[in-house]
Amino acid sequence: MCLAIPGKVISLEPDFDEVNYPGKVSFGGIVREVNFCFLPEAEIGDYVLVHVGVALSKVDENEAMLTLKYLDEMGELDDLKTPPEKLGEWNEIS
Amino acid sequence: MKYLDEYRDSALVNKLLRKIRSTVTREWNIMEVCGGQTHGLVRHGILDMLPPKIRMIHGPGCPVCVTPAELIDTAIELSLRSDVILCSYGDMLRVPGNTISLQQARAKGGDIRILYSPLEAVNIARNNPGKEIVFFAVGFETTAPANALSVLQAWQSGLKNYSVLSAHVLVPPAIEAIMSDPETVINGFLAAGHVCTVMGLGEYQPLAQRWKVPIVVTGFEPVDLLEGILMVVTQLEKGEYHLENQYRRVVGKDGNPKAIELVNKVFEHRAREWRGIGEIPVSGLFVREKYKDYDALRKFGEINIQAEKQTECRSGDVMKGKIKPPDCPHFGTKCTPEFPLGAPMVSSEGACAAYYQYTQ
Ligand code: SF4
Repeated sequence: MCLAIPGKVISLEPDFDEVNYPGKVSFGGIVREVNFCFLPEAEIGDYVLVHVGVALSKVDENEAMLTLKYLDEMGELDDLKTPPEKLGEWNEIS
Repeated sequence: MKYLDEYRDSALVNKLLRKIRSTVTREWNIMEVCGGQTHGLVRHGILDMLPPKIRMIHGPGCPVCVTPAELIDTAIELSLRSDVILCSYGDMLRVPGNTISLQQARAKGGDIRILYSPLEAVNIARNNPGKEIVFFAVGFETTAPANALSVLQAWQSGLKNYSVLSAHVLVPPAIEAIMSDPETVINGFLAAGHVCTVMGLGEYQPLAQRWKVPIVVTGFEPVDLLEGILMVVTQLEKGEYHLENQYRRVVGKDGNPKAIELVNKVFEHRAREWRGIGEIPVSGLFVREKYKDYDALRKFGEINIQAEKQTECRSGDVMKGKIKPPDCPHFGTKCTPEFPLGAPMVSSEGACAAYYQYTQ
């Protein structure tokens, strides 16, 4: 129950208070009702993480991209240094 | 799907594995606290791909596994009352209490509903004014905000027939307890990304300093897990110990202050019993006096529950990293997901279930 996957905000109710703020989030096509009280700054189109019906954080697109870019470049440098035959011991992930 | 595929990219996974391999020179024990991460490591075959010098130890971060049998018995007893609808996450259903599980209570006539969110339980309370609705609030910091919200929704709309049976536990006191154990073998931690989504990073830096262990807040996808492991190993090899955040795309320094505020409004911290592990100081969330009418334990008065019986389950040793699930003599024989002896075999975050599901 602590696991969550990112979903895209598709609608938000215009009226809300401290404990009720309904919206809808699509998880790869599966749409669920979500409470946005803890994330009132969310906007339609944002990617958010939802736990047991409550949106708790936005996915920061910039950070997501930076991490991937950094890891990708880190790999490039290493590939040059590591002779390929040494890699054979490891199973490749499918 | 966006933000999933990229973090499961096999080219990145292999680059990270190579980097880890070229960094590690000594043997290290790293604990991933969160059961969701245990499942990720096992499901994606990461444990077999890591260099043998790195030993992953599966921590107690399975909320269902650490919920005391007495509380499950309480939930069962409540569910068997004709005036009660007991609501729970599906994970809890097959976990054995001292005698039976909620699933068996259901077969005996208990009205038990499986929900995705406590907010649904508040709606059930609205629609069933003649019944008492009890939500079995199991979980770490991640699910606590939703439970606090459910209590406040009920409070705000004057609902009198809703209450929570709180089994909430907290991660930092568990890390503290693990490190205080003189027999501990842990050199570094992957901290649970989604717990920190709520709580932020503030509690972890002092832990890293006090126990001189690297702690890296980590996400759940293969790339996240491997980058987290790499960050821990890099610190260990350099003799450093501080807090780092691998899961920056989701976890901010302060977490979600609104959620923290609401949780603190409804709950207070006290010592709590962890199944298989024992009592850990200030590790549980209990409903505050102000909201006592929404606390199932107070509402239904003294419930006659027995202390946990002797059990053959070795869950405590599994969660403290003393044995791996297959080392338990009952693993896959007397204990299977169908006929579990202990909670870690049935929970979707339990280490025994992960090994059974993905390696058998
Ligand atoms: S295999 Fe079963 S009995 Fe053994 S520790 Fe895991 S849950 Fe308990």
